[in-house]
Amino acid sequence: MAAVATFDRPAPRRLFRRPTHPTGLWDWFTTIDHKKIGLLYLGTAFVFFVVGGLEALVIRLQLGGPNGHVVDANTYNQIFTMHGTTMIFLVVMPLSAGLANYLVPLMIGARDVAFPRLNAFGYWVFVIGGLFMYSSFLFGHAPNGGWFGYAPNTEKAFNPAHNIDFWVFGLQILGIASLTGAINLIVTIINMRAPGMSLMRMPIFVWMTFIAQFLLLFAIPVITVALFELMFDRLFGANFFNIQAGADPLLWQHLFWIFGHPEVYILILPAMGVVSEVLPVFTRRPLFGYPVMVFSGIAIAFMGWGVWAHHMFATGLGPVAKSAFALSTMFIAVPTGVKIFNWMATMAGGKIRVKAPFLFAVGFVTMFTIGGLSGVTHAIVPADTQQTDTYYIVAHFHYVLFGGSIFGLFAGAYYWWPKFTGKMLSDRLGKWHFWLMLIGFNLTFGPFHILGLQGMPRRIYRYPSGRGWDFWNLMATVGSFIIAFSVLLFIINAVKSRKGANVAEDPWDARTLEWSIPNPPPEYNFAEVPIVTARDEVWHRKYGEDEQGRPVPRSVPDVPSEPARLEVSGNGERELDVEEQPEEEVREPTAHDLHIHMPTPSYYPLLAAIGLPIIAYGLMYKAWYVAVIGALVTLASVYGWALEPSTEPEEPEEIAEAGPAPEPEPQAELEPAPESAAEPAPTGS
Amino acid sequence: MRNPRRIWFALIVGVGLVTAACAKHAPQTTLKPEGPVGRKIDSLFHLTFWIAAGVFVLVEFGIVYLVWRYRHRDDRPEPVQVHGNTRLEITWTVLPAVLLMFVAVPTFRAIFQLAEAPKDPIRVTVTGHQFWWQYDYTDLGITTANEVHMPTGRNIEFTVKSDDVIHSFWIPRLSGKHDAEPGRVARISMKADKPGVYLGQCAEFCGLSHANMRLRAFAQTPADFDKWVSDQKAMPTQPPTGTTAGDGFALFQVKGCAGCHTVNGISTGMVGPNLTHVYSRSAFAGDTFDMTPDNLRMWLHNPPGVKPGSKMPNLGLSSNEITNLVAYLQTLK
Repeated sequence: MAAVATFDRPAPRRLFRRPTHPTGLWDWFTTIDHKKIGLLYLGTAFVFFVVGGLEALVIRLQLGGPNGHVVDANTYNQIFTMHGTTMIFLVVMPLSAGLANYLVPLMIGARDVAFPRLNAFGYWVFVIGGLFMYSSFLFGHAPNGGWFGYAPNTEKAFNPAHNIDFWVFGLQILGIASLTGAINLIVTIINMRAPGMSLMRMPIFVWMTFIAQFLLLFAIPVITVALFELMFDRLFGANFFNIQAGADPLLWQHLFWIFGHPEVYILILPAMGVVSEVLPVFTRRPLFGYPVMVFSGIAIAFMGWGVWAHHMFATGLGPVAKSAFALSTMFIAVPTGVKIFNWMATMAGGKIRVKAPFLFAVGFVTMFTIGGLSGVTHAIVPADTQQTDTYYIVAHFHYVLFGGSIFGLFAGAYYWWPKFTGKMLSDRLGKWHFWLMLIGFNLTFGPFHILGLQGMPRRIYRYPSGRGWDFWNLMATVGSFIIAFSVLLFIINAVKSRKGANVAEDPWDARTLEWSIPNPPPEYNFAEVPIVTARDEVWHRKYGEDEQGRPVPRSVPDVPSEPARLEVSGNGERELDVEEQPEEEVREPTAHDLHIHMPTPSYYPLLAAIGLPIIAYGLMYKAWYVAVIGALVTLASVYGWALEPSTEPEEPEEIAEAGPAPEPEPQAELEPAPESAAEPAPTGS
Repeated sequence: MRNPRRIWFALIVGVGLVTAACAKHAPQTTLKPEGPVGRKIDSLFHLTFWIAAGVFVLVEFGIVYLVWRYRHRDDRPEPVQVHGNTRLEITWTVLPAVLLMFVAVPTFRAIFQLAEAPKDPIRVTVTGHQFWWQYDYTDLGITTANEVHMPTGRNIEFTVKSDDVIHSFWIPRLSGKHDAEPGRVARISMKADKPGVYLGQCAEFCGLSHANMRLRAFAQTPADFDKWVSDQKAMPTQPPTGTTAGDGFALFQVKGCAGCHTVNGISTGMVGPNLTHVYSRSAFAGDTFDMTPDNLRMWLHNPPGVKPGSKMPNLGLSSNEITNLVAYLQTLK
């Protein structure tokens, strides 16, 4: 379905004019450009990373010595709950979403995602959901039931104030963001790949993102059910988790962990994708075993649904169930290990440039290995009955989530910074960041293995002296401040980079399509839709191979072109005549110059998102009219959004400004050429 | 490799630090098990740990080696663009799977062995409350709180329950933990080989004073255990009126203590711990305070103030009333 621009129809009248070329803050509020939305996700998630990190520092100060009194029990319970909730839902997931948003269209040769306004909506729901959750601190009632919120502890009988309500509503709002993002990326990846880009030619980051979106699609509804049931218990006196009324005390746990385990693969797969992009570039080798890397990702995603009860080994499952989940948990280590070996094989025989992105990628592999190995020890059920609910588990998941995801995402930050900003991050500062972060991280979380085995349980606001825990807790606190300092170095690096020199489009001599366009890319990404003839398309344009298989630079870049594009249904050539620009204009061609119709900004996504926390506040405080108002805001916005076209006809003033009348392109789209000569236009939504 | 001497120095310091930290008194450790259950778990963990350590050394040192060996050097040619190797892929898929079987089989065996009912056990029902542990020796007719006693060399079978939210019953040196779930009954058994005090703690987040829900397990020789049992069965004597303790006894009923606490023959309150022989215990309030008159005073002055979320309210007792009550409690040996 083509977004036909009919220039003879006047723009419809509206209450508020739809922005067409907004600037400044209004541009950011109404943007539907996947690149801007990606940057919004990344920037917002980084702010939450700092907030979650500060919460971690409070925890470490409280636990640095026995009988800590930095915070009281009530405050501590809120801080550790928000630390976990923040890092998972407001940091790692949106950082992955931000990278995916920015990069997936570029990597598959598309101009935007399938549903640009839905994309914006997802971001606004995320940031508003995060703010909503944090507003709970203003009320003095931040969520305090742990990030896992076990019922019946989170039931009204045991938690009467609004803490858990903020958690329940906040997560449901955030879940909406994740679901819309998942649908968007799945449709984009299936439908909008450039000609020649088969699934097995996609960059591996796109694959890992693709798989993670399917996990989101099926996992988020499960936690939504659990949250709905808890909400009904708390708000309307339902009895889903009311033991007195006969509820099963394990119901919440099963529901939560059926979500929770796929969730951790959602958290790690995109970062694995980043590592799989970075290592080939910095070793100058293709990813070893690309098909196996794809299939191991798929295997992990499938198997991830069959291990959830390993979070419940101490709950009384019975020996058969315990054995089954022990087996599945052990065996999910196999595809995971395969990835580690493939990364090592990518490095073996390579020519390694040890730059910051590479260091962080190696950091991922080494630290994730440790986390994976401790994970295997958890699969040994009797041993796990000692380990579960102790700091040994805290060690494990920080090794995979921080040592894994966060290190991987930092690798992505240093690698794609020039693409996003046109500037490089200082490699020297980056190396300081890496080493300090590595040392601080291991000093903080390494001792947790020992503490857990020495009997220190989780989620305790203080511990007595005489348990043998004092020394390593102190070391962990020191380590946490080293981590904080290293993050500060990154912030300094980011700020300093703005003064740096502009870099050309491919500073790393990379392999994938995003490196074939300027830094930062123009609004329309690709002046010409790229034709893809191989995996690592950009590398193949630059390099051929000699008889041994070593890369040999081509004198002329081998950019595939498609002569058929120039002949379109007899309505004249559709050649992109960039060269025919007026001489004075050295500026980069705009979408208009190239006759590319990009979707138009819209304020409806933001408006629709704003209604959601209003509903939540209304329901929480039983102010039903407030909830109704919020629902009306969202509904009205969705209605307006549905009626507005994805691409507005250009205003008469803009047509006059631009110069000669544009080609009658709509005709071209009515008779599609045999090759997909039409640009993969974003489908209207 | 820049300066070998520096690396050796760092290694020695590192090992020194680790051993220094390990040589601590760690009464709640899982690494020094007592009793067959603890030891079975520990041996299984050791098997897995050393296999994992082997993999760790291979992978981590492998990576460090690869980064060093294949680092960029100007005289190095461009690397051959290898895309994969099917035989290698199969090898490193099958080999780890085989390795895992070596761990899986002992694991299944242990799971089923630990699920077997114990022979001739002493049965104790342990009930988790926010934030203390209750012990009912169902066959012996004793109810106590915070500390559990067991004879050495005899199986003890705990029936684990909860009165409110999910807790987890854990004595690390004797056994793995088991969750105490409301509406559900679970069984876990263990045995202590030697006399000693074994510390434990609630291990499932249960609210404000989760950190303060600790426990002590006393393993005693059978003779000592029998003496303890008969002491616990003894009925308390009422202190004479006119004494401090006698005044305390009166306050115990007037101030509402009797409504929440059981003292055999006096009261039947079920909300708080059974206090019949409270002063025979080494600690109270979820094993967070040693049993001393000063600590009892502090507690009675404002329980939620010293143990957040405590169900026992601040009764607004005067200093004199507290003196009397403490004196009474001291008679409940």
